[in-house]
This record gives sequence, C-alpha cells and structure tokens, in this order.
Amino acid sequence: MAPTAGARAFNAGELDALLQALRAEGWTLAGPRIRDGAIVYDEIGGAAELPAGWTDEQAPGRYRLRERDDRALFGYAVGPHAWKKYLFPPSERLWTAVRSGRDVGVSEEQAEPPPLAFIGVRACELAAIAVQDRVFLGGERADASYRRRRENVLIVAVQCGEAGGNCFCVSMGTGPAAASGYDIALTELVSGGHRFHARAGSERGARLLSRIETRAATGDDEEAVRALLARAGGRMGRTLDTRGLPQLLQANLEHRRWDEVAGRCLACSNCTLACPTCFCSAQEDVPDLAHARSERWRRWDSCFTGDFSYLHGGSVRASIRSRYRQWLTHKLSAWHEQFGSCGCVGCGRCITWCPVGIDLTEDVAAIRSGAGAAQQERREQDT
Amino acid sequence: MKPARARPSLAVFKFASCDGCQLSLLDCEDELLALAGAVEIANFLEASSRVLAGPYDLALVEGSITTEHDARRIREVRAQSRTLVTIGACATAGGIQALRNFADVKEFTSIVYARPEYISTLATSTPISAHVPVDFELRGCPVDKGQLLDVITAFLRGRAPGVRAHSVCLECKRRGAVCVMVARGTPCLGPVTHAGCGAICPAYDRGCYGCFGPKESPNTTSLASGWKALGASEAAIARAFRTYNAGAEAFRKEGDVHERR
Ligand code: SF4
Ligand code: SF4
Ligand code: SF4
Ligand code: SF4
Repeated sequence: MAPTAGARAFNAGELDALLQALRAEGWTLAGPRIRDGAIVYDEIGGAAELPAGWTDEQAPGRYRLRERDDRALFGYAVGPHAWKKYLFPPSERLWTAVRSGRDVGVSEEQAEPPPLAFIGVRACELAAIAVQDRVFLGGERADASYRRRRENVLIVAVQCGEAGGNCFCVSMGTGPAAASGYDIALTELVSGGHRFHARAGSERGARLLSRIETRAATGDDEEAVRALLARAGGRMGRTLDTRGLPQLLQANLEHRRWDEVAGRCLACSNCTLACPTCFCSAQEDVPDLAHARSERWRRWDSCFTGDFSYLHGGSVRASIRSRYRQWLTHKLSAWHEQFGSCGCVGCGRCITWCPVGIDLTEDVAAIRSGAGAAQQERREQDT
Repeated sequence: MKPARARPSLAVFKFASCDGCQLSLLDCEDELLALAGAVEIANFLEASSRVLAGPYDLALVEGSITTEHDARRIREVRAQSRTLVTIGACATAGGIQALRNFADVKEFTSIVYARPEYISTLATSTPISAHVPVDFELRGCPVDKGQLLDVITAFLRGRAPGVRAHSVCLECKRRGAVCVMVARGTPCLGPVTHAGCGAICPAYDRGCYGCFGPKESPNTTSLASGWKALGASEAAIARAFRTYNAGAEAFRKEGDVHERR
C-alpha cells in the first residue's frame, strides 16, 4: 500500500512516550507480554513490558518462544490470545433477574467498559476485527455489549516484519501490510538504527503522534518498510489456494478427507476458541438456590461440542466428522453468504493451537487435489 | 414461611469413597444457609447425626460398590429415593479403587491386610449405575461445588442441570491459559476430559489429570498418539488413563490398549 503523505518516524526509545501519552489520555493499554511460555495479550504499563528480543516459533500443534539476536519489540507473529477476548469476552453477564414478591425485575448489564488501547495489532487481526464487526454489528440487531466495547477501543497496529510458521495472510489478502481499521500503524525497523515508521489512520492517531518526538519519514524509511513487508510476505509458513473455495467445499461434503481428519480431531474446540473470528457462544442461566435471583451469562462455545447442536432429543452433529466439517465449511464457505467475506484471515492460530496439529490448509489442499477422484468414486458407488 | 415438611428432603449416602465429594457440600459455606432453607436435610451424617426415615426427594450418592452388602444397600437407597444423583468419580466410574478391576483383589488384600481372611470384598469396584438406575451423574474427583449446587437446585426446581459435557480445553481457553501441550510439550488429558474444574492444572503449567473422566465423544486414540509424539511411553499413557476414572469406559479401553503394548 502506498505510504500516506505525512508518514512519520521516531526512535525506538520514543515508543514509551507514545504509550504514556495514551495513558495520560485515559486509555488502558492492552498489549503483548510474555507469560507462561508464550506472548499473550494482557494489560501493560509501558514499553518496558513488551517482549523485547523474543520471537515465536510455530508449527502445527507447536509453539515455542525463542530469543532473537536483536532487541525487536514486535519481532514475533501472533500468540494464543486474540483481541476478541476484549471485544467479546470469554464469559460475560448479560442480565440479572430479581424476584420480589410476585414481580420480576430484569436489569441489563450497562457498565461502560474502560477505554482500551490495543498495542501491536497485526494486519490479519485488523481483518479479524473487521470480520467480527460485521458479525456483531452488521444486520438489523447489533450486539449491545460488543458495540459498547468496540466503541471504546483505539488501535495501534504493527505491521509484520516476520511471518510465523503457520501464517498465510498473503493467501487471504489480509496482510502483512495493515490496510485500514487502525488509528496508528507502526512498522518496526531494527537495522540501520532501531526506529519506528508511523502512519496515522485517524484524527486521534495523528493527534497522538504529534505529542511525541517524531520526524518526517524519509525515502529510506519508506524503502525499508517496503522491503520488510515484502520479506514477510515472501516467508509465509503456509499457503491456502482460495480459488473457488466455497464451491469446492460444498461440492465435496462426502470427501474421504473428512473421515481421515475426524480420526485425528479431538473435538476439543481449541481451534475455534483461538480463532480471532469465531464468535459462537452459549447462554447459561445461573439461578440461586432460593429462586429469588437468576443471572444470564454468555460464554464462548464451539461447534465442536455436542451440546452446541443439541435439539430436542439429541445432538444434530453427533460425530466428530460432522463437527469438523461444519467448522471448515462455515469458515471457508457459508461465511461468504452469511457475512459477505471469508471467515478466515490466515493467522494460523487454529493450526498452532490444535493439540494434534490439524492444519486446515492441508485439508483444503487434499480436498482440492483429490476432488475429481472423490466425486468419481461417489458416482461409481451410486451406480 | 411454609411448614418445614413442605420442603423437599435431601439425603446423602456414602459407599466406598474418601468423603471428599460430600465434604464439597459442607464447603459451600456461603450457600449452606440457603440450602438448609430450601431443603430438609433428612440424612447427611457428615453434617448431622439426625436421620429421618425415607422416602427422600433427592438422594446424593457418593462412592462405588465394592461389597455384597453395599450392592444390597444401594438398592434400598434407590427404592427410597425419588431422584438419585451420583456424585464424584467413585460413584460415577468406580473411583481409584477400580484399579482392582485390572488385577487380582486377593493378592491386594494379602499384601495390605494383616488378616486378609477378615476382608469380605467383591472382585471389582463398580459405579452406582451398574447396580441401579441413576437420574444424573455428576463427575469429578472431587466434584466442583458450583456444579453440585447447580445440580441440587436443578432437581429441586425441576429443570435440567447446567453441567456441560465438553472438554476441559474450553475452560482452559476461556481463562486465557496457555496450552501446555502446544507451548511446553507437556502431555495433557484436557482434550478428552469432561469440564468442571475450570482447567486448574493447565493454569499452573501442568497437564490435566482427567479428574472429571471422559467428556462426550472423547477421541482417546488420537490423543494417545499425540502424547506419543511428545515422547510419552506406552506405560505413561496407560497410567494416565488408569487413575480415578480408570473404570469409565473410554478411559478403560484406552488404558487396555497401552497396557497390552
Ligand atoms: S498472518 Fe500475516 S499479518 Fe498475521 S501475523 Fe502472520 S504475517 Fe502477520
Ligand atoms: S480459521 Fe485459523 S487461520 Fe483462519 S482466522 Fe481462524 S484461527 Fe486464523
Ligand atoms: S481441529 Fe484440533 S483444535 Fe480443533 S477440535 Fe479438532 S483437535 Fe481440537
Ligand atoms: S493445556 Fe490441556 S486443557 Fe488446556 S487447551 Fe491445552 S490440551 Fe486443552
């Protein structure tokens, strides 16, 4: 993407000034930090808590932190957490009903969430937030809780200079360059003087940048950004051929690949909960013993659980095969009709955080390469 | 206030077990008063020596069946109880004492007791459901007190309990824990284990031990392959499936496979 006029640059040491300026404006910072052997998103106080000098090594079912040979602050890809944990919390109370005599009073949760500044949002994550915006805010009935949280978020994106072992944003057209949906987009340049290239994406982003020591970005800075993005884009750990993908899957609902993957899938739900676009939830009522008060909670759920498709008498998707197929065909096929885009942004979390390393890009490739054969086989069986 | 006898009666019965599950009930300190107000505690020896005669509206049964005498007693309990709910790994799967099912109980008694001839016991430890019909099985070693209260409330009010049969992984991800299998290479039973504990062990950097037994549709075969890929031996895999829930069918079968190898 072409650099916006007025791009700025600042020394790496100045990043903390930006973060402190945000805090001074009342933003709570949520950003990357190391915890329990991974880079997770959590509240941070400033640049000192960022994972300086660390990167992540990712493969199907495998994640390890590794030290870098420089002091890059954002020198990793993406970790186990997604920003959705802030916008669509894992567990939240929606309303409380209290009985007094013969009356029942219902009070909805109204609390204003604290203003949150997301620090270090990747291009694929911007795309994922845009997907969830369409899911929760599009259509006739916007989700009130999501809206309250979403309206209170400021986004500092950081473009990727490093692609993870399971990344495939290039295939999905979502990265590694940040296209839109940010207040500030940073690019960390380590060689030739540790510095950041910065582009404002909103008025408030521009105002924030004016509050710290910056200089106009030079042609060299722009060139370094281009080279970095090209390098990351050329080093994707995975690829997904998306040509005619929705139709391909719909035409192969009985492909033997589904049986094969069902043999390995644990129906554990990790892929869907790690995925930054998956949005399914269960509503649970929590009444007290005296039957005087009851709370309605919304919790993350998944199409991999049996209860998820429970209708009167049993689960519609009793087999693991049907659950995996539901997940993949929703994500890569039916999502287009439902929300006008693909449900996958290519972040690779479902591959990394699957305990047995199931890789959706391999499944699609297998279905694509065996597509003709499988249909042929079925025709033969039918006759 | 309604007269006392209009309250539904609750009875707690113990079979072969450690008492931990019924103590979870006493552990509900904040809710105990409300519970005592909502039900008439007719039989709960851990809490009160007062015993009222049956029938009971709700019976909570802890422990497994390991003697002829208990096999008879559970039938009497069932006959006196409108609703019978089993609580804990012993009552729902046979407990740790079900390890005898895979060995020779005579040999055990001769090693453990000075006078084994005084010991009258069955060759197996079996769950309550192997003897009488059970209305609901609450898992866990021990049970989770939140789930226990939910089950009691549910049966008192005639609604379905909110207990979910999915994996521990959902609880693990909801609490934001980092997966120990993926990030540490530590074998974890979470993907095949019934939720309920809130994923305590992974949050403390340990693999799940399977305290709540198999979840619905557990793919133990694939998980065992995953463990092997992380370097776990056949013996370690067999042992993982042979703990408090060794008698639960899915765990028993997977344990058998790896014990034989
Ligand atoms: S998928 Fe692309 S944008 Fe996302 S982390 Fe990987 S390289 Fe960065
Ligand atoms: S399906 Fe997988 S790769 Fe795609 S957005 Fe979700 S977690 Fe990322
Ligand atoms: S694909 Fe992997 S993470 Fe997803 S449910 Fe199956 S085993 Fe779990
Ligand atoms: S640590 Fe265990 S329980 Fe948690 S997600 Fe990983 S496999 Fe599941």
